[in-house]
Amino acid sequence: MRELKILAVVIFFTAVVYWGVEPFAHSQMHPHVAPADFAFKDLGVSAKKGDAAKGAETFLNAGCIGCHGVSSQGMAAPMDNASASASFGVVPPDLSTAGAIYDKNFLAALIKDPTKALKVEHKFNESRPHPMIAFFGLGGDIDQEVADIVAYLQSIAPVAPMDDKQVYADACQRCHDMKYDKLMSTTDKAALMAYMGTVPPDLSIMIRAKGAEYLSTFINNPQKQLAGTSMPRVGLTEKAQSQVIAYMEKVGDRKKAEREDLGYKLIGYMVLFTLLAYAWKVKIWREVH
Amino acid sequence: MAEIKKATGFIDWLDQRLAVNKFIKVMMTEYWIPKNINFLWAMGVVLMVLFMILIVSGIFLLMYYKPDIKLAFDSVNYTIMQEVEYGWLWRHMHGVAASAIFLVIYIHMFTGIYYGSYKKGREIIWLTGMALFGMFSAEAFSGYMLPWGQMSYWAAQVITNLFGGIPFIGESLVIWIRGDFLVADATLTRFFMLHVLLLPLVILLLIAVHFYSLRIPHVNNQEAEELDFDVEAKKYLDGKKVESKVVPFWPVFLSKDFFVVGVALTIFFYLVCFHFNFAMDPINFEPANNMKTPAHIYPEWYFLWSYEVLRGFFFDIGGVAAMDIGLAAFGFANVIFMLLPFLDRNTEHTAPAHKRPLFFVWFWLLLIDMIVLTVYGKLPPTGNNAWVGFGATITFLVLFILLPIITKMEANCKCNTGGCK
Repeated sequence: MRELKILAVVIFFTAVVYWGVEPFAHSQMHPHVAPADFAFKDLGVSAKKGDAAKGAETFLNAGCIGCHGVSSQGMAAPMDNASASASFGVVPPDLSTAGAIYDKNFLAALIKDPTKALKVEHKFNESRPHPMIAFFGLGGDIDQEVADIVAYLQSIAPVAPMDDKQVYADACQRCHDMKYDKLMSTTDKAALMAYMGTVPPDLSIMIRAKGAEYLSTFINNPQKQLAGTSMPRVGLTEKAQSQVIAYMEKVGDRKKAEREDLGYKLIGYMVLFTLLAYAWKVKIWREVH
Repeated sequence: MAEIKKATGFIDWLDQRLAVNKFIKVMMTEYWIPKNINFLWAMGVVLMVLFMILIVSGIFLLMYYKPDIKLAFDSVNYTIMQEVEYGWLWRHMHGVAASAIFLVIYIHMFTGIYYGSYKKGREIIWLTGMALFGMFSAEAFSGYMLPWGQMSYWAAQVITNLFGGIPFIGESLVIWIRGDFLVADATLTRFFMLHVLLLPLVILLLIAVHFYSLRIPHVNNQEAEELDFDVEAKKYLDGKKVESKVVPFWPVFLSKDFFVVGVALTIFFYLVCFHFNFAMDPINFEPANNMKTPAHIYPEWYFLWSYEVLRGFFFDIGGVAAMDIGLAAFGFANVIFMLLPFLDRNTEHTAPAHKRPLFFVWFWLLLIDMIVLTVYGKLPPTGNNAWVGFGATITFLVLFILLPIITKMEANCKCNTGGCK
């Protein structure tokens, strides 16, 4: 009885210390932020219904392919990665999968006002313009034209589900390395450094550093977790973002399944050991009590 | 030389040369431990098991770790964590055991304080124990630097910087410790040496002395009752096992310890495989970057209380800089536990805290205060947090200043032969 009382005291104080230095301290250091917003409400919703066929034409006339490639449609990027890095600071994305991985409201807002959609207004302004030029319309209803372009991008996007690594490569690889999976940034590092102000971190084990929960709000809106960061809002759909995080976990926490499987075995072994030890203890102490 | 006869068997052959039977008696079967103890007396064996885990896992990690600031991070996080079969297991075991061992050290330490096992003949046990605490702290700090992550780097930065506060020699001392003007490769390689060679050697030596120092005054018991071990041992050997107040280390004492170790390792492996972030700070999974200071720099949980004493004084007092007062308080906190046997002025009596009313209050205040310091040592030191930290620091200092006074009062009290109930 006395031992149980002592055990309760030990457990109580250990639990208080644990609670204080882990959940409580972390809640104080990293205040809770609102959950990820995959509707991108701050950007508004366009009521226009896009027409993919018209969009194809608008897309060409708007000059998108002056910078972007659309490899799935046989449109190669106009520049190689090195020249694009030097010209823009970052390699412009190929748009083959954009309609699948980015949210449609986000895409529409991005085409009209890149810095606002990307949430990088603190970095780019009139004197330092963002490399992506806003679309000012072809003379018709600009919202309709934008909706058409988005509809076009969605119409050419792959129908079959993309694998996690492909989503990551299309969404993140322009800036970030994934060294442990031998995937390096397509943009030249010196150009990136000048463009972003710092070399974007290698993401190999970022899943262990930040955890899935933080990443899900961060990728959705970097400013929410790290005000002033030069990382733009990515605009991924909920599904695409969860694929990116799944890929990061696959690379950064590759042994998770093995760890958890072995965990049950180790615990099982120790429970058995403990029971046998207890039986032995009772047998030995019977003589001396 | 003893007469060597033809051996009757292998054991006898060994016995004639190494006196193994006598050795086993002295170390195991006739090493007497009081019977009136509880599971807190098993913490020593739990510590030994955790230390063995640290040594074995450390040896495996050493086979792949590269002490070079360009290679260290990837050798740990890629080679060991991903490439080597079960490398992650050894690393998780090493990291979690390093954290868990401090919890058990603190339990072991507070058990010693509560039951008065630090005085009246047991001073050397306490002193070697506290020396071990110091060496384990250095071992933990140097080990934390090795993965060369953000916390490794910034902890090394902050802690080595502390020595700069020492008058006159501070500045040169910091450079001498770092081996460079800043925390750099030379710093990593020397702390690597300390972590894998010098400190483990010192720890092994101290453990030997710690165990040896237990033999003469013997292990304390729940009532701090003074036993005549020779008489009690004789009773046991004569078969009066129930009546005797002692039991042999092997198998009786250890049979209970095996059970406690089993419980401890069950929890340990749960933490290793499912709940390890408390011991392996996520921030350290970002590579060291001297251009990017983390938003919050804090030491591992077991250093937090003394860290909070260090930063508890956040304003200058009477022209003395806050940092210097903090450093002095930090120095005080790190040696004061060592002096415990000499601060307790009730030298003639040993009793568990619940039989020493004033000391009992002192004990629980100290424990609660250290927990407050620990928690606030991690919180950002702003607003009210800074004042709570300041208050807890003052309380800590005052408690140790009061200890000689209250124990003297206890000793002078005529009730029940000297202050004890």
